[in-house]
Amino acid sequence: MANVAVCVLGSLGYDRAAQGAAGAGRALAESVGGELHALVIGPAGDDAVAALATVADRVVVGANEALRDYQPEQALQAAEQLHAAGGGDYVAVLLSNDTYSQEIAPRLAHRLGGSSMADAAAIRMDGDHLLAQRTAYGGKAISIYRLKKQPAVVWLRARGFEPAPGQQSAGEVTSVDLALDAPRIRITGREVAVQEGVRLEDAQIIVSGGRGLGGPEPFQELKKLADSIGAEQGASRAACDAGWVPPNWQVGQTGKKVAPELYIAIAISGASQHLLGMGDSKVVAAINTDADAPIFKHCSFGIVEDYKAVVPLLTEKLQAIAR
Amino acid sequence: MRVLVCLKQILDPDVPARDFQIDPEARAAKRGGANLVTNIFCENAVETALQFREAAGGDVKITALCYGESSAEDCLRKAMAMTVDEACLVERDGNTNPDAAAVGRVLAAAIRRLEQDGGPFDAVLVGRESGDWGVGQTGGVLAEELGRPALGFVESLQPGNGSVTLRRQTDVGIEVAEAEPPFLVTITNNEDNVPRIPKTRDVMMSYRKPLQKLGLADLELDSEEVRAGSSIFEVEEIFIPADEVECELAEGDTLDERVDQLAKRIHEVVASIG
Repeated sequence: MANVAVCVLGSLGYDRAAQGAAGAGRALAESVGGELHALVIGPAGDDAVAALATVADRVVVGANEALRDYQPEQALQAAEQLHAAGGGDYVAVLLSNDTYSQEIAPRLAHRLGGSSMADAAAIRMDGDHLLAQRTAYGGKAISIYRLKKQPAVVWLRARGFEPAPGQQSAGEVTSVDLALDAPRIRITGREVAVQEGVRLEDAQIIVSGGRGLGGPEPFQELKKLADSIGAEQGASRAACDAGWVPPNWQVGQTGKKVAPELYIAIAISGASQHLLGMGDSKVVAAINTDADAPIFKHCSFGIVEDYKAVVPLLTEKLQAIAR
Repeated sequence: MRVLVCLKQILDPDVPARDFQIDPEARAAKRGGANLVTNIFCENAVETALQFREAAGGDVKITALCYGESSAEDCLRKAMAMTVDEACLVERDGNTNPDAAAVGRVLAAAIRRLEQDGGPFDAVLVGRESGDWGVGQTGGVLAEELGRPALGFVESLQPGNGSVTLRRQTDVGIEVAEAEPPFLVTITNNEDNVPRIPKTRDVMMSYRKPLQKLGLADLELDSEEVRAGSSIFEVEEIFIPADEVECELAEGDTLDERVDQLAKRIHEVVASIG
């Protein structure tokens, strides 16, 4: 018997990313004729556990109070023990793309004697091996990796996968008491960035600014544009590195991977690393002075013009249409 | 205290997409005219270590370690020019594209060897991912090989009372953590750990600093076993995606007409979302 596990952090609940990871897990489990199990690290809401039970054949919850606030060492121990409690016969253990899952994945794979991989956009089994497709060289290439050891522990570009379909009968839910050591690295404080509106990853419309803006002030102008169409604000790495906007605005290879219906790139040239973060956008629009900028090869429509001239006028027109 | 920073030498990631080519035999990028550079997150790690030493009042010795080709000596010299104290290069012995398991095993063996000679490293710093393959697994694998606790996406280390205070970036904001040495962190970038430009005098001095070279045999590792035996993944296929699209540029005689067109297109999409 070969099953597939999806590892969910209780504190994050059954969000869109977890739904995508479960969807990928169900497809993989069907391909190997096995079950899909959900391994839940830490206390989770009843609704999240119930939702997981509708899509998984089995839900194993490690609800120790110590796991309520994420601690990497303990979450890792929990994942290892939940893996065993679920039966341990997994060809793959799948995780979402939140920070915590990303840091757990390679260490969990090592502890389980398996293979790890990051940021997979597509997965399938090939015999005993999992093949994982992802980008390489900052988005300039696509690579397919063969994961040679089981289980394949993979964090996914989770929102890119269809949510798992509901099953006819609810999966069995079991609770496990975990043995956790006191961690030698302990997270003692969280400064949750003040985020107006929704998370960038879940945003429907994003207005992003880049190096070409030249400083922090123009982002105020972009905010007016964003407000006129109900958009969230993002930025390129150059703008974040320069300190013009907070690091959690960064869209790109090492920032957020976003998938809005509309992405408006302003004064962003479109380096491959940035394109990698916004590549799943449905429609991309660009405003840039340079007609040869790579962004114009990756957008549906745009304007070759200085943002200074375009943005205030555009905001005015969009406000007028809205009225 | 002792701090170790791991470095990786990579093809310059800023090579424009039009000059980027794949070598199908090697299943990797062609070198072409690209320079070899230190991976940026590794340089952020060097800078973070230097700032930690400054904050601790100087009583911190920093070692840079690389598992790479002989050309990677340049990365280590540059780190020493940035005022890292000493360096060690473990030569790759023909394993041109080692996976994270191989790199983790070799780095762990080298770290144990350096600790035998000079005492334990309180902190090991690794870049969060590389600008070439970008798989980002080395830090985690190395933490497990060493059996040390770890934290990812760290942007600064501050000396505390018997512990080290870490700040790191997450999806939702900043987290602060207390770490008891020895531990490992992966380093990300922020506006404060932009790598410093070495001073001319420090560049000269870097050639007088110790650079130890080791082979796998010195670490009692078998190169074939490292290459194949413990490998966890390999590149099956690599290709350049053909995803360029035709962009419809706003047209019109005046700026107002062009922006009007743009506004209408944006409104269409926004209205369709509802």
